Amino acid sequence: MTAIFPLWLIPLLPFAGFLINGLLGRRLPKAFVTAVALLAPLGSFVALLGNAFGMFGDMPMLGIPHAETFGTWINIGTLHVDFSFVLDQLSLVMLLVITGVGFLIHIYSVGYMAHDEGYARYFSYLNLFLFFMTTLVLAGNALLMFVGWEGVGLASYLLIGFWFNKPSAAEAGKKAFIVNRIGDVGFLIAMFFLLANFGTLTFSEIATKLGQDPGWTGGVVTVIALCMLLGATGKSAQLPLYIWLPDAMEGPTPVSALIHAATMVTAGVYMIARNHVLFDHSPFALGTVAVIGAATALFAATIGLVQNDIKRVLAYSTISQLGYMFLGCGVAAYSAAIFHLMTHAFFKALLFLAAGSVIHAIGGEQDMRKMGGLRKKLPITFYTMTAGVIAIAGIFPFAGFFSKDAILYAAFQQGNGGKALWFVGLLTALLTAFYMFRLWYLTFFGESRSPDVHPHESPWSMLGPLVILALLSVAGGWIGIERFAAFLAPAVGPRAVDPGTGNLELILSIVAVAVALIGWYIAHAFYSQKTERPAELAVALPSGYKLLANKYYVDEIYNATIVKPLLATSTYFLGWVVDKAIIGGLAWLLGGIAIFAGALLQRWQSGNIRSYAAWLAAGAAAVLLFVVVPWSLVLASIGIHLNWAGH
Amino acid sequence: MSSLFSQDVPLYWYLLLSAILFALGVLGFLIKRNLITVFMSIELMLNAVNLSFVTFAHQWQYCDAAVQGCLVAQAHAVKGQIFVFFVMMVAAAEAAVGLAIIIAVFRARATLAVDRIDLMKL
Repeated sequence: MTAIFPLWLIPLLPFAGFLINGLLGRRLPKAFVTAVALLAPLGSFVALLGNAFGMFGDMPMLGIPHAETFGTWINIGTLHVDFSFVLDQLSLVMLLVITGVGFLIHIYSVGYMAHDEGYARYFSYLNLFLFFMTTLVLAGNALLMFVGWEGVGLASYLLIGFWFNKPSAAEAGKKAFIVNRIGDVGFLIAMFFLLANFGTLTFSEIATKLGQDPGWTGGVVTVIALCMLLGATGKSAQLPLYIWLPDAMEGPTPVSALIHAATMVTAGVYMIARNHVLFDHSPFALGTVAVIGAATALFAATIGLVQNDIKRVLAYSTISQLGYMFLGCGVAAYSAAIFHLMTHAFFKALLFLAAGSVIHAIGGEQDMRKMGGLRKKLPITFYTMTAGVIAIAGIFPFAGFFSKDAILYAAFQQGNGGKALWFVGLLTALLTAFYMFRLWYLTFFGESRSPDVHPHESPWSMLGPLVILALLSVAGGWIGIERFAAFLAPAVGPRAVDPGTGNLELILSIVAVAVALIGWYIAHAFYSQKTERPAELAVALPSGYKLLANKYYVDEIYNATIVKPLLATSTYFLGWVVDKAIIGGLAWLLGGIAIFAGALLQRWQSGNIRSYAAWLAAGAAAVLLFVVVPWSLVLASIGIHLNWAGH
Repeated sequence: MSSLFSQDVPLYWYLLLSAILFALGVLGFLIKRNLITVFMSIELMLNAVNLSFVTFAHQWQYCDAAVQGCLVAQAHAVKGQIFVFFVMMVAAAEAAVGLAIIIAVFRARATLAVDRIDLMKL
């Protein structure tokens, strides 16, 4: 399979699927809708594979990076923006994950959404998401990337609020959209700065200009990088804009797996890696990325400890794992971050889909306190999810071990405060192992806590993707960071680690695995052996437990400091003063004048024809008087001289 | 005889008569309450205007050829007479329509008092 496909085929196939299912889906037979929905991502995946072999096969037919331009978008003065796609190592890895995992989740959705009324609508949204996501990744310039960036936000909004009859789902959709807007402002400002300082939005040209002039450090580059980081924190749910992601779990579970775990939320990481030259020129921005990543990883992991909703545990773990990726970017280990992005896509999609299978099996229940003992009832779900849990905990030889280890190792070697970042990462690994095994024990072990529910294993359309993702979660990391980094090096730079410390890497790996095992052991002790212990601990540490259970009150704090003041300003100042008093008052004034004048003038319309005739005659007489009487002479006689046109 | 116009009867006599007739028409329109009388007043005004038209046409037609502009005036004089025919035709049509309306109004309201036909009032 060495056929070369034009790059536009990759986004446009899902877009065609979106159009067909979106416009005609309700009238088409379900089998046809399914075929269209599945063929779109499959087609993209195959086209991508063809190009991948064309680039990296035995007889390469395409240069690397392979760029295609389809036309000029904007050409005003010095501003020139093309519709251009670039396929290089970085976008290839991203796209393989997006279309590959995306295709598996499409298959899963066929089973999961089988009985939903909005079947065709669901798949049209899912295809729309793939269209925008592939556009985002393929884009050769920041503006086209922004189109994809906004588009995936739209698709995310539509899918979070898919069950829009549920008020909480509609609210969650709005929250995700609005919080993302804040990040988008950062992205936009970064683009304005890029245009002002580099005169271009094309990634390759920016990198070239930065490379030519070593004087580009700090200053404006830092501002651009920090604005981009703001955009990334919004899309990738990092501090301080992570708050939308837990609520996004209101959407269907496969959506959580595809958009809010495997692909869309990694767009921020991709954006940083894509613009890594900018970040490399600003140590401060890079440090900020690392600190935000590490802080988010730990912060979200602690919240994840006490959540009872199975999907929310996974949501907080997603935020935490994205924090790892940011940490990796922040210590300039972009290939490690992308490596973790890839393995995370495998095991987190798996975990979400397995959780969806559990939820599906017990009739929509998401509270882990009402699960338990599902190991025997859902054997395949159990085994596949176990693979995911071990992978995310970072236990050798599962995928998560390799990628997380690469990030932690890079952090450890970082000079300024790298050890502290490493320690935070390690602590997070401990917490991650604990809450993931807590989820595992609560869901699958012990006695069923809802005895009147009769769970049933999911259909094969759902189990098939689980099995494939489980295999990937086991084996996805075996390629190793060296080979992966060497592959990505042309796109994101070489792996910046000290090669002379082979033993150190081994020691750190052993420490990390040991920590993960400790986390497992604690979870085992708490949730398998002495199940009354968690409650005792919660009673013993009431303030700590309440703080975590209420998610550090971040939503409440944002409500009090941002949402409420904004709402009050809008209601009272903008609403009452500006809108009602000033604008409304002006409108009322104009209307009032018309009404008053009308009230006066309507007396003329008496209906009496003779009065009309009298006014007509008077008017005619007045005009006659004006025309006949030599007014200038009359005025001159009383001393007023009119001066017409300079006379 | 250096004037543009012939001097048999002075022009302003005709115009004065026309103005008096027109003013009488206006006055009749304003003060009469019977719809038919009002209608007749309109006819009076139209004919007053007609009188001005034919006056000018006549005067211009017989102007002194030695006076500058006389030839042009003669060439245009016939237009005044043509316009009179237009006005007469419109007046005839108006009489037909107007009388029909008056009959209709009378049938509907059993009155021809102008002040009581005030449906156009707001």
